[in-house]
Amino acid sequence: MKKFMLKSIIAFMTIGIVYGCSSGNQNQGGEKSAPSVEDSHPMGQASVSDDVSAKNILQVAIGSEAHSTLVAAVQAAQIEHILVNAGPLTVFAPVNDAFAALPAGTVENLLKPENKAALTTILTRHAAPGSFNLEALKREARKGRKIYTATGDYLEVVVDGEDVFVAGAKVIGTIQTSNGVINVVDKVILL
Amino acid sequence: MNFRIKNSIGIAVAMVIMTATSCVQTEQNGGALSGNLAERSFVPPGEHDEFYAFISGGFSGQLAVYGLPSGRLFKVIPVFSQDAEKAYGYNEETKPMLNTSYGFVPWGDSHHPDISQTNGKLDGRWVFINENNTPRIARIDLTTFETAEIIEVPNSAGNHSSSFVTENTEYVVAGTRFSIPVPQRDMPIDEYKGNFKGALSFIKVQPESGEMNVEFQIMMPGFDYDLSHPGRGKSHGWFFFSTYNSEEANSLMEVNASQNDKDYIAAVNWKKAEEYIAAGNFETMKTNYAHNVYDEKTQMATTTWEKEVRILDPAKCPGLVYFLPTPKSPHGCDVDPTGEYIVGNGKLSANLTVHSFTKMLDAIEKKKFDGEAYGIPILNFEDILAGSVVQPGLGPLHTEFDGKGNAYTTFFISSEVVKWKLGTWEVLDRKPTYYSVGHLMIPGGNSASPFGKYVVAMNKITKDRYLPTGPEVCQSAQLYDISGEKMELILDFPTIGEPHYAAGIPADLIKLKSKKIYKLSENEHPYVARSEKDTKVVRDGDNVHVYMTMIRSHFAPDNIEGIKTTDKVYFHVTNLEQDYDVPHGMSMIGANTSELLIMPGQTETFTWEPKGEGVWPFYCTDFCSALHQEMQGYVRVSPASSDIQLSWSLDGE
Repeated sequence: MKKFMLKSIIAFMTIGIVYGCSSGNQNQGGEKSAPSVEDSHPMGQASVSDDVSAKNILQVAIGSEAHSTLVAAVQAAQIEHILVNAGPLTVFAPVNDAFAALPAGTVENLLKPENKAALTTILTRHAAPGSFNLEALKREARKGRKIYTATGDYLEVVVDGEDVFVAGAKVIGTIQTSNGVINVVDKVILL
Repeated sequence: MNFRIKNSIGIAVAMVIMTATSCVQTEQNGGALSGNLAERSFVPPGEHDEFYAFISGGFSGQLAVYGLPSGRLFKVIPVFSQDAEKAYGYNEETKPMLNTSYGFVPWGDSHHPDISQTNGKLDGRWVFINENNTPRIARIDLTTFETAEIIEVPNSAGNHSSSFVTENTEYVVAGTRFSIPVPQRDMPIDEYKGNFKGALSFIKVQPESGEMNVEFQIMMPGFDYDLSHPGRGKSHGWFFFSTYNSEEANSLMEVNASQNDKDYIAAVNWKKAEEYIAAGNFETMKTNYAHNVYDEKTQMATTTWEKEVRILDPAKCPGLVYFLPTPKSPHGCDVDPTGEYIVGNGKLSANLTVHSFTKMLDAIEKKKFDGEAYGIPILNFEDILAGSVVQPGLGPLHTEFDGKGNAYTTFFISSEVVKWKLGTWEVLDRKPTYYSVGHLMIPGGNSASPFGKYVVAMNKITKDRYLPTGPEVCQSAQLYDISGEKMELILDFPTIGEPHYAAGIPADLIKLKSKKIYKLSENEHPYVARSEKDTKVVRDGDNVHVYMTMIRSHFAPDNIEGIKTTDKVYFHVTNLEQDYDVPHGMSMIGANTSELLIMPGQTETFTWEPKGEGVWPFYCTDFCSALHQEMQGYVRVSPASSDIQLSWSLDGE
């Protein structure tokens, strides 16, 4: 504590001298503090405010009540910037009910800071490079191609009548976003 | 522990002493980058500058956008020269922007940017800039930072005393530096005197759209009209043009145009001109000049050929023009923020001459004339003189104002900026420039309300200021902090060349209006494809039109067959993105033109004429996304005799 105070006093003295000098020059622009890149953009590109562009994946997810658990998980994992990246990205977005269907305590456990790495792995398994809307998913199935995820896993696409399943999770909605596609799914994909 | 604390104190004390020392040095030397000077131009990573500076690109023909105080370059706006990076003047949409009565001109010499004003204050809607060689004026839209319009100025040559706006942007004004026969004709050069004419052009600006038209020209004697500035406040309605070569010499001008003890500043009453026009007291002259407008809706530029211009003869229009005698070939002609003082920077004069607008009006009212030139009354130098700044330096060129009663003048020969006081004419401060400064700029310096915090000096000579790059070194500007009593040099920064003049404006007046994307739904380009479903390939004889789209990270279509060696292929490419800062580029092997660089929601076109049979790739030229490298496609080219039908696909479908 004592050391901290001393340092503060010294720091103030130094700043005082520097500013004394600049005020002598009547510098109106001398209010700049030391730069801190991290402070100015803590969420990377997710910090950019933009009300003109079409909404990106993160913005759409935040606006969806059915995805509040997913959004909370993304925020806990601090991977917001990935979902606003230029992509293109396809996100398989489990609804709240899908998380609720996991064994009791699973989500709470994953949201703990010490489990951030595990949470990040689970979430990024739901993200794939490329734009795959429902039509594209059907094409993947028809051509026998798999979806390659950000974790390096391959997800099989199966069409059953009108329904499309990705790694066993049923696609119950598709939303085009500015930087890719959100496919709403009814299950959390756990391989 | 104790040792550590003592040590820290020791270091801190040393730092304090060092800081204090450098502070003293700063005051003694005014040396750049000592003490805290570097901090004052430092903008931390991720932070924004306080001002935009639009600095002319001179013989590059372009206009460059910088931040102040950092001096960081943001964008080079292509205006009068082709720009392969942005496809300006290369793609089918913008080629017409460079049409002139002399044909397609791929290059220009840009000089003096000026920002639009309302009530004498910068309004940040447009910036205008003149082209000297093939006389033209351009208007740049400050929501898109793109050239929106270029109008040619007829009956002119060396369009130099341009492009300055009146206090409500009623007009952007252009005066010819080189007088010429009007209309042009075959005649002996040495019959210049009395036969050549100098046109002063008043280009009206529509208040809403900004669209320009040459409203009228005043056909003046054959002097060189060098620079100009509008009256403001009390002198609103007048425009002032410096002249040299009142000798009307036509050879070895450096000697023969420097004979007269005084040349003139021409004071033009443009409100009077409007009265003469309204009264029909003008001649309509047949001519031909290009008027090029870029339509943001269709995303196409078109050229209209204008055929007439209205001419006013000052000899037949009493009260329209007066000559203010000004010593020795005045260059800059600058009006202070109140509109009272007109500063004539006589290049070869020992003193700076300042005319009084009030005295000028008084002399005119009392008809106190000292003869006339070509029917234009000449006022008495002593009658209109407000004062002189006595021997402030050598080779004065330009003056700007800080809005606090001070003026700043550049001196080319003595290579310095001199600060002096309006009214008392005393010199307050002088600082060297490195080297040989031309123009200077204070944001809002040509307005009733300057922002007197910084001055940018634009230098003509660079020499040793930067790492050498062979015989051609970079162009150079310098930034001075003028918020205190003394000017302080705080930054050198390179510019594109040559930085003639600049216009600065607080960033807050522009940045929130800056456009982020073009709305796809508002895209009325004749060859737009608003979705991948709209893509197609259409044959029209030997012309093939490809309606193509691009989105992260593919083209649609990306496989095209049925093109023949004799075809000319038009790629009309629409960027389907609706997301800020996601442009795509495109080019293909063998294209004899530039790439395209297409902003979100925009359509652009390039042409491609196959040179032979084969399968030829195209690709995205702007790293757009994680799968940018995959953004590519192929065109199959078959012999002219081939019966392969046109087909196109994406992923085989």
